[in-house]
Amino acid sequence: MANAKEIKTVLFGPVFANNPIALQVLGVCSALAVTTQMATALVMCFALTFVLTFSNLFISIIRNHIPSSVRIIVQMTIIASLVIIVDQILKAFAYEVSKELSVFVGLIITNCIVMGRAEAYAMKSTPGMSFLDGLGNAMGYSLVLLVVAFIRELGGAGSVFGVEILPLVSEGGWYQPMGMLLLAPSAFMIIAFFIWVLRTFRPEQVEQA
Amino acid sequence: MSSKNDTISKTLIVVISLCLVCAFVVSTAAVQLRPLQQANMLLDAQTNILRSARVLDGAASAAQVRELFDKRVEERIINLSTGEFTDKDPMQFDYRASWRDPELSTQLSKQQDVASIRRAPHYAPVYLVRDEAGELKSIVLPIHGYGLWSTMHAFIALETDGNTIIGMNYYEQGETPGLGGEIENPRWIGQFEGKKLFDDQGNLALSVVRPGNASDPNHEIDGLSGATLTANGVQNTFTFWMGDKGFGPFLSKVHQGALNNG
Repeated sequence: MANAKEIKTVLFGPVFANNPIALQVLGVCSALAVTTQMATALVMCFALTFVLTFSNLFISIIRNHIPSSVRIIVQMTIIASLVIIVDQILKAFAYEVSKELSVFVGLIITNCIVMGRAEAYAMKSTPGMSFLDGLGNAMGYSLVLLVVAFIRELGGAGSVFGVEILPLVSEGGWYQPMGMLLLAPSAFMIIAFFIWVLRTFRPEQVEQA
Repeated sequence: MSSKNDTISKTLIVVISLCLVCAFVVSTAAVQLRPLQQANMLLDAQTNILRSARVLDGAASAAQVRELFDKRVEERIINLSTGEFTDKDPMQFDYRASWRDPELSTQLSKQQDVASIRRAPHYAPVYLVRDEAGELKSIVLPIHGYGLWSTMHAFIALETDGNTIIGMNYYEQGETPGLGGEIENPRWIGQFEGKKLFDDQGNLALSVVRPGNASDPNHEIDGLSGATLTANGVQNTFTFWMGDKGFGPFLSKVHQGALNNG
């Protein structure tokens, strides 16, 4: 088992230093789709965290028995099963949110972060470390998602978690919402901005031209 | 990864046992959670019916919704082509499943299929909503039609004249959030309140027009900017469901006062 320093790198590295969305630019699709509201983004984060940590864990447990010729299929089977379970649980216990997330929970299957971590890390590492790696990457993903959702919901609808912060003009307040923020392209810009800020503070992330 | 993993027998064993384990876990989850999911769906439908009829405002607990629904709402199945009530038991009738059942629905020709729903059901539920005193206040009809990306499902509540809209409520749709998805916005859907479906000649007059162009206070609804195709879908849904293949025959019976005798 690894020492404390390595655990720390694996767990917290993906948050800023090696963020799956900001540095590897993976999993952007869902970052566009479910970030118009904080509440849906948060549930999406939990769903992804569950899938990512456990897919890493299970794949790592059986990694020494996975035939390399079918390894992608094996990984997908495990990931898909976990996603279906999350989807079923959401439909049973959080019906309203699951209606809003609709197909995007199912689309976690195709989230490149999950596949990417399974192939890049869990296939070569011990279960414990893989679990932490999944958790770390999920935190990195969640951080970006929540930041994007915060900006989009506050700017686009004047609220945070559905609670009104900026009273809207249409409801007698003063704030004219930026409808643009509710559209998918705005998420691209916010993510780009996030990457820009991150790389200003961590110049080592800038790719060589 | 050692090469012994790549023999055919090992590959098959790993793949088959993994599939069995995953299949077992997934089906256990699906079966165990189904009752809860169905209860959620039923509750959701009941909430939306009560909302569209303006019996329920704001949030309510599951128990409140169930109680209100049981007390005030009666579900009946009607024969769409004759417009008459049938004796079918609503609890035994799965409306959505009937859309795919060749016994219970007919394929629509391209010309007939204005709302792009492919098959027209033969039977449909209607919900009779009463007030505290037990007097019939409104009829709620389920309608659906295709928008830009998705089939949009709604409940529409009419007064007992079968013409004046009390409320309308889209409860399931997958249109673009922020644009077409705004059909769920109470501010938009609120426009339907008090509108009349038909003109004096009995023709469908309700229309969704270009945003900002609604002039007829009785029949015209402002569309949604940036969501022309979704708004067209809403219009098509009305055209179909208020027509002959939809609730047309039932509503003409209602216009003749069928509800007052029963």
